[in-house]
Amino acid sequence: MRARTRLTNLPLGAAPVVLTLVSSSLILLAAGANPFEAFANIIGGAFESWRKFADVLVALVPLMLCAAGMLITFAAALWNIGIEGQIIMGALFTTAAVRWFPLPSALILPITILAGMLGGALWGLLVGLMRTHGHVNEIFGGLGLNYIAIALTNYFIFGPWKSVDGATMSGTDPFPAAATMPLIAGTRASWPPLIIALLAIAGVYLVLNYTRWGLHLKAIGLNAQAAGRMGIRTTANILLAFAACGALAGLAGSFQTTAVYYRLIPSISSGYGYLSQLVVLLSLLRAEWVPLIVLFFSIISVGSPRLELRMQLDSSLGGILQGSIVLFFLLTRGLQQRLSQRRERKHG
Amino acid sequence: MANSLLVETIASVIASAAPLVFAGVGETITEKVGITNLSLDGSILLSAMAGFAAAMLSGSLLVGVITAMLVGALVAGIVATGSIALRQDQVAVGFVLTVLCTALSSFLGKPYVRVPGPSMPHLPIPYLADIPVIGPIFFNHDLLVYLSYVVIFGTVFLFNRTQLGLRLRAVGERPEAAFARGINVNRYRYLFTCLGGALVGLGGATFSLSVKLGWSYQHTAGFGWIALAIVIFGGWNPLRVALGAYLFGALNSLASILQPAFPTVPTQVFQTAPFAFMILTLLIMNGDVLERLPRGSRWLRKLLQGQAPAGLGKRFQSD
Repeated sequence: MRARTRLTNLPLGAAPVVLTLVSSSLILLAAGANPFEAFANIIGGAFESWRKFADVLVALVPLMLCAAGMLITFAAALWNIGIEGQIIMGALFTTAAVRWFPLPSALILPITILAGMLGGALWGLLVGLMRTHGHVNEIFGGLGLNYIAIALTNYFIFGPWKSVDGATMSGTDPFPAAATMPLIAGTRASWPPLIIALLAIAGVYLVLNYTRWGLHLKAIGLNAQAAGRMGIRTTANILLAFAACGALAGLAGSFQTTAVYYRLIPSISSGYGYLSQLVVLLSLLRAEWVPLIVLFFSIISVGSPRLELRMQLDSSLGGILQGSIVLFFLLTRGLQQRLSQRRERKHG
Repeated sequence: MANSLLVETIASVIASAAPLVFAGVGETITEKVGITNLSLDGSILLSAMAGFAAAMLSGSLLVGVITAMLVGALVAGIVATGSIALRQDQVAVGFVLTVLCTALSSFLGKPYVRVPGPSMPHLPIPYLADIPVIGPIFFNHDLLVYLSYVVIFGTVFLFNRTQLGLRLRAVGERPEAAFARGINVNRYRYLFTCLGGALVGLGGATFSLSVKLGWSYQHTAGFGWIALAIVIFGGWNPLRVALGAYLFGALNSLASILQPAFPTVPTQVFQTAPFAFMILTLLIMNGDVLERLPRGSRWLRKLLQGQAPAGLGKRFQSD
């Protein structure tokens, strides 16, 4: 997972986008739909109104926070597939804080944020500990913990925190008003999560590029053994990376409860953790590209549901677009590297 | 009476584990040549959908099964091409394919959601099905379930008793040495990655045509990850991988049997518990726990531990 390529070849640089559009058009034609109409509906769906565009900002928050966290673990060449569980635990801890502690109104929101970060960090740390002390590959340790997190939330939602009025929507009772983020007038978005998400990605950019810790993580990512020989404490740094990523994911989960759903629901992570891995792969692990990609992915996610209303198509076309662009990006990058190697060999 | 209930339960575990047997053994073959196909959770979904749709449209179960196998092989082929020819990270390509295939299955499968369609006919094997206990457990199912036995023992035979098996293991264990002996390492890797993928696809078809009939949104979600986990659980040994699949099936039915006994625990917990338990077991198998077992239980350690192929995930370049 090293980012060494320069996109010197512009035609190949645009190839992933072209290939994605061509292949998804074929899929749409196979489903009997007009591709242009579908793409126009996705874009139109996201920019329909100010209220709708604000929804893009709502989707952007968890994706940005998770991608920021993912940059940290990816820098050390760690696959934090457990990020979904870390989002869920952030949401669970936040809900616990709201329900269990009678806090003065002014303190509730800051405490929910801290609780979310704590829940995510602990769950991330567990993935790390399983890897460093249990020899369990972080992909499988993380997946196991994802399922345990799901089982735990389900236990609380359908057990002790079961909604009293048996509301139509499955989930806990809504949070009290003091435990919900203030909305931007006329929208479903709110400022504090958005600002914190932007600060998080900026912070991660600075940490990875300008601090000793960032340098150490990258050294571990390139060659953990060599880094160890150079005196870098690999175990501690790996654990810290998982905890930091978990804290950011937990923050995302916390905001999903206090700013989006106003309660804990079963699939609170909505797949944002998995999606954020695609974002980071597409960014070539460079934080400066993440906000743009996150915006692009959020537009697709928010615009796609209109396909169901207007064209009776499944909104998962959005996932197809997001997945294919990353797949074609990886494949064309490989092709590009092979071609330039061959050229060098010929000339050298 | 209680006896026949037990037999019935075991028989249903054997049948319901068939998809996992195909997928787990398929992934074992793929990993034995040194490639990890991480896309299983997506490719099982996509092949289950494609198999059901093709069987329905063509009116032929065989067409459905073959379509599913081709889909599985195609996805595995992308993983192989991405990692061998294009030298990209296997895990990255596999993960992206998981997400992409999941979305594709939802999108393309929409017309088939909860539509009644074809399914494998029940086909007791004459004479064998009449054997007490063993008959109803093993020989009172459909063709795909019988095929899962063939795949288990066929793979064991392939690995341990054939020249081809020896070579494919060499490719996964010590690619350089295999190459020195004149084996085309990367051709083996392509071939067996796709073969493993075809079995994963067969697992998908078994879901939609035999075990969990039909198609629904995220029909088999989670089982691909379980298949990947039981490959490790089974120590890359096809027989033990199959045992892992049956164990998971048993856990699943145990969960539904135990559920009424614990009315205070929500049903949703029981549904996810086998997944969590399976992966926790993995922790124990992989971790230091086995190393710390007392001396007397060395047999247990020997039974439980397994080594990943040494060349797993490592790129091989002959130049």
